[in-house]
Amino acid sequence: MEITKKMVEKTATKLSAEEILGGKVLSVKWEPKLKYAWDNGPAIGRYLAELKNGKIIAKKCDKCHRIMIPPRMFCELCWVPTGEWVYVKDTGIVNTWIVGYVDWKAKRLDIKGGVRPITPGIIEIDGASKGMGILHHLGEVDPWKIHRSMKVKAVWKPPEERTGSITDIKYFKPTK
Amino acid sequence: MSKRVAIVGIGTTGFRATTPDVSYRELTYEAAMKAYLDAGVEPKDIDSFVATSEDFFEGYSIADEYSPDQLGAVLRPIYTISGDFIHSLASAYMMILSGIGPISVAQGMSKASNMLTLSEMVTFAMDPIYNRPLKESPHAVSGMEMARFMYETGTTREQCAKVVVKNKRNALNNPYAGHGVLIDTDYVLNSEVISYPLTQMDISPHSDGAVVVVLAEEETAKALCDKPIWIRGIGWCSDTPGLETRNWAEAIYAQMAAEMAYKMAGIRYPRKEIDFAEINDEFSYKELQHLEAMRICKKGEAGPLTEIGGTEITGEFPVNPSGGCLGVGNLYELNGGHKVFEVVRQLRGEAGKNQLKNVTTGLAQSWRGIPTTTGTVVILSN
Repeated sequence: MEITKKMVEKTATKLSAEEILGGKVLSVKWEPKLKYAWDNGPAIGRYLAELKNGKIIAKKCDKCHRIMIPPRMFCELCWVPTGEWVYVKDTGIVNTWIVGYVDWKAKRLDIKGGVRPITPGIIEIDGASKGMGILHHLGEVDPWKIHRSMKVKAVWKPPEERTGSITDIKYFKPTK
Repeated sequence: MSKRVAIVGIGTTGFRATTPDVSYRELTYEAAMKAYLDAGVEPKDIDSFVATSEDFFEGYSIADEYSPDQLGAVLRPIYTISGDFIHSLASAYMMILSGIGPISVAQGMSKASNMLTLSEMVTFAMDPIYNRPLKESPHAVSGMEMARFMYETGTTREQCAKVVVKNKRNALNNPYAGHGVLIDTDYVLNSEVISYPLTQMDISPHSDGAVVVVLAEEETAKALCDKPIWIRGIGWCSDTPGLETRNWAEAIYAQMAAEMAYKMAGIRYPRKEIDFAEINDEFSYKELQHLEAMRICKKGEAGPLTEIGGTEITGEFPVNPSGGCLGVGNLYELNGGHKVFEVVRQLRGEAGKNQLKNVTTGLAQSWRGIPTTTGTVVILSN
């Protein structure tokens, strides 16, 4: 059976945002306080510590010889503990990216008003195995001029501002 | 049942209040390596994997997507159950019976120490319209249940305290347990009141850890190991969630789950046909309530039996020889995993100083904790 406009008008009560926000509709609000302090373990722990030093570190699997970033204590494919730590470069190439008109909370960006679209991408890091990389933002580039396999380099925060976080890298910018 | 399925490998990290040296990945990796070594299998030999996780406990939404790596299950048949470990065990058991393949794995993990607002997370599990606006502590629920259970069965606070003393002492001889201590009943009775009649010592402290179990169908099991531990019966059940309408004295969920498992195992008189049990004792009274629900004791009998030492390691029906949740720690969704691990150790004769003599059949039971009414039971034999 088709639901007609008439049927909706007869049976449904329309609510406006004002009625809801004004408390005229029965509602319950609950803001959960969910706080966690995740233990990093040796792999994530050293990765973050090295970011604070302005370096990117990977770990090598002695069986499949992949140089893996982010580093991990075991190779998920070979099922063996990983071997040596390997510093990789802070340069790489763009694997895939977007030109984003909405932010992470799905809020529309004022692009017409001059706000730059956001441009997150996957960067395959030089020195790591193929397909191994970092999700980060691309900056100092016209969003529409980003291209596949574009060469990029990390732009770091000044040492005193680094906290041991992926945001110690501000973004990746094209290399000349 | 046409096919028999056995547990052929177990592995754990042990259980501690905190595990700051490892992430959840390395925690499960260690338990999985030990379980696979114990079973003599490699990840490629395993036909299906079942993991256990609760998003709010992990702190990830869709936390199950983070399960494959540490189990060696990348690009393999795997799914995750948001429930108790024994639900996952049941699922892994069914994988074999349904012909997916002869070997399956069940996993569970607790990083309880990483939850900074644990009480809030449990309150978040309560009904948002009827209950949450009242802002009750989760222990209001356990306290009320304890009070009603004591009233209807004549159980005393002293008898509940005896459970704490027993389990925490058993834990001292269990190298995997994190909360063993020698105390007396007065210590429990005089500990800080949380929600009377419940005191601080009646509540199990939390623990971190991981458990991985390898299952195999009969022929494979016999080829893989000398001491297969057979799954004879398994059951699970959930009561209505409403705090307002549930039975506050009796754990019906445990009763129904146990009856399902008994029926499958052909058990009519659990007290006679089962030698010992590892059962949920997240709160002291829960051990007694669950014993009565599962017909191991008559109504009102679990307290007096505990009082005379009947549930001690040397007693007539040992309960939680490992130290239970009170002595090992509350592991949340992993609680059932620890129970199964311990029953297998006992049935293999590998329980060290806590080893029971001449045991052939054990029961592992779990409960999903406050505010749930979900229980799981598995009967194992050597």
